[in-house]
Amino acid sequence: MSLTKEPTRPTEPMVRAERVHKSFGPVRVLRGIDLEVRAGEVFCLVGPSGSGKSTFLRCINHLEKIDAGRLYVDGRLVGYRQRGDTLYEMREREVAEQRRDIGMVFQRFNLFPHMTAAENVMEAPVQVKGVRRAQARERAEALLARVGLADRMDNYPAQLSGGQQQRVAIARALAMDPKLMLFDEPTSALDPELVGEVLDVMRGLAEDGMTMIVVTHEMGFAREVGDSLVFMDDGAVVESGHPREVLNDPKHPRTRAFLSKVL
Amino acid sequence: MAEATESAEPVEPARATKGTGPRPGDELPVPIKAVPVRHYGRWVGAGFVLVALALLVWAFAGADVNWGVVGDFLDHDTIVEGAAKTLWITLLAMLLGVVLGVVLAVMRLSSNPVLSSVAWGYIWFFRGTPVLVQLFLWYNLSFVFDTVNLGPIYKNEMNDVMTPFLAALLGLGLNEAAYMAEIARAGILSVDQGQTEAAHALGMSSAKTTRRIVLPQAMRVIIPPTGNEFINMLKTSSLVYAIQYDELFRAGTTISARNLAVMEMLIVVTVWYLLLTTVFSIGQYYLERHYARGSNRPLPDTPLQRVRAHLVSLRSPSQVGGTSV
Ligand SMILES: Nc1ncnc2c1ncn2[C@@H]1O[C@H](COP(=O)(O)OP(=O)(O)O)[C@@H](O)[C@H]1O
Ligand SMILES: [Mg+2]
Repeated sequence: MSLTKEPTRPTEPMVRAERVHKSFGPVRVLRGIDLEVRAGEVFCLVGPSGSGKSTFLRCINHLEKIDAGRLYVDGRLVGYRQRGDTLYEMREREVAEQRRDIGMVFQRFNLFPHMTAAENVMEAPVQVKGVRRAQARERAEALLARVGLADRMDNYPAQLSGGQQQRVAIARALAMDPKLMLFDEPTSALDPELVGEVLDVMRGLAEDGMTMIVVTHEMGFAREVGDSLVFMDDGAVVESGHPREVLNDPKHPRTRAFLSKVL
Repeated sequence: MAEATESAEPVEPARATKGTGPRPGDELPVPIKAVPVRHYGRWVGAGFVLVALALLVWAFAGADVNWGVVGDFLDHDTIVEGAAKTLWITLLAMLLGVVLGVVLAVMRLSSNPVLSSVAWGYIWFFRGTPVLVQLFLWYNLSFVFDTVNLGPIYKNEMNDVMTPFLAALLGLGLNEAAYMAEIARAGILSVDQGQTEAAHALGMSSAKTTRRIVLPQAMRVIIPPTGNEFINMLKTSSLVYAIQYDELFRAGTTISARNLAVMEMLIVVTVWYLLLTTVFSIGQYYLERHYARGSNRPLPDTPLQRVRAHLVSLRSPSQVGGTSV
């Protein structure tokens, strides 16, 4: 294990995974993931279904606990405090505090159906950060305008199309001013003609310098917007590099086999 | 018939045509005219029901019931007061039951083994014993604890504290909580796991997530059976007559013990119970509408809207797809 290395390098990566393992019962889902995501980069994670991409994303904001290895976000250990050689599990409130800085966008949107678009966006700032409602509403207005939904503020999720719902979900995550955004197949549940509007919003975020980890099957997006790409299979990193490099000239036969199916 | 085919009145609002000639979709639909299915069975059934009702009314009218007495006592002070107390104890017991029940459900689903065991034990006891027995247990609590001693704040004889009212409230409310806990648990479990995850990912605590995200959505599942529980409670509350609480049923029996008008007073009490349960059914209906907000299905019409729609449809000729009930 590389535990002897002290995390005191000049430019700390936004996310650093060291030999991350995760099992569900007997099923080994992550088998020693090593990777680094630099601040401001768009990091694409691709791989066949069941390869552990979602699980890895969920480990980054501690929705799942890792079994072994180390996972750092912005230089801080995820879910644990380290004193000397001893790890202490974080209390719930500390975990929640860590998660505030990490936005997550889900495949199935997971908007709060009993709240309007604006209320969805306002909820966390008001409830978690204690922002005043009027101020939160103003911010929600700006964020919804940014994702092109200024006129949908007071619609409930059920009254919105899939693409609109996903854009509200992005605005909701942005409302907490995260320094890292996790996207778990944000366009996979959308009708083909709605994919573009969501990708456009994500492209805008990337241009503004947001650090993003994107699990996606949209190779066009990865090629055009991505700064690095990792191909995962069976819980392990098979190949990584610049998106154009990996996508145009895959080295590993498993990468080639996968790409021939999705491209 | 000829007239019917010619009545090409626009049923849908006509589309705006921009003088570019006919386009696909511009053509107005001609509504289908068809003879609706005749439901002879329903007419026969309705006939039977009417006859049975008539016989029942006949039996009561001819029986030895003094309807004058019924009318006199319908708004008698003791009865009205009894009804008010029934309503009051029902409201309070349900309030206690719902609040405690939701707390128990959250405890039961908690990852904390102490909390979930306590909730399990509570539900096991209160669901496993009859309400009537529980009422007497509370009423006779002084056999176990003869004084209530809350240190410097409060101290009193149990017999003075445990009034019929308090015994009724505890007996009904705590029992109800056990049932509400199961209803609330089903409601909470019906909420998509993704909702909790989304809230946690935003940095919300478990408590906030439960209160702001999960419970409001669970309400849609919780409310209909709770309305049922409410109406059950209105009726079950009549059991507390056994521990001397002067609710509606006890008011009726007290009067009939004096004036010997047994059937008359029972009818008076029945009318009142029906009145109360009817009012609550209507309230429940509107509450359910409120919590259906944001759901996919369009809200059903209120009865008023339905009556209005019906009147309109009666005036226009029958169309395929009309409501056949
Ligand atoms: N909560 C869970 N319990 C048990 N198995 C799980 C759980 N979550 C994921 N898995 C399993 O882990 C594997 C990887 O899943 P996932 O991370 O969702 O893959 P991907 O997102 O790449 O499709 C799958 O075999 C899946 O069945
Ligand atoms: Mg996945």
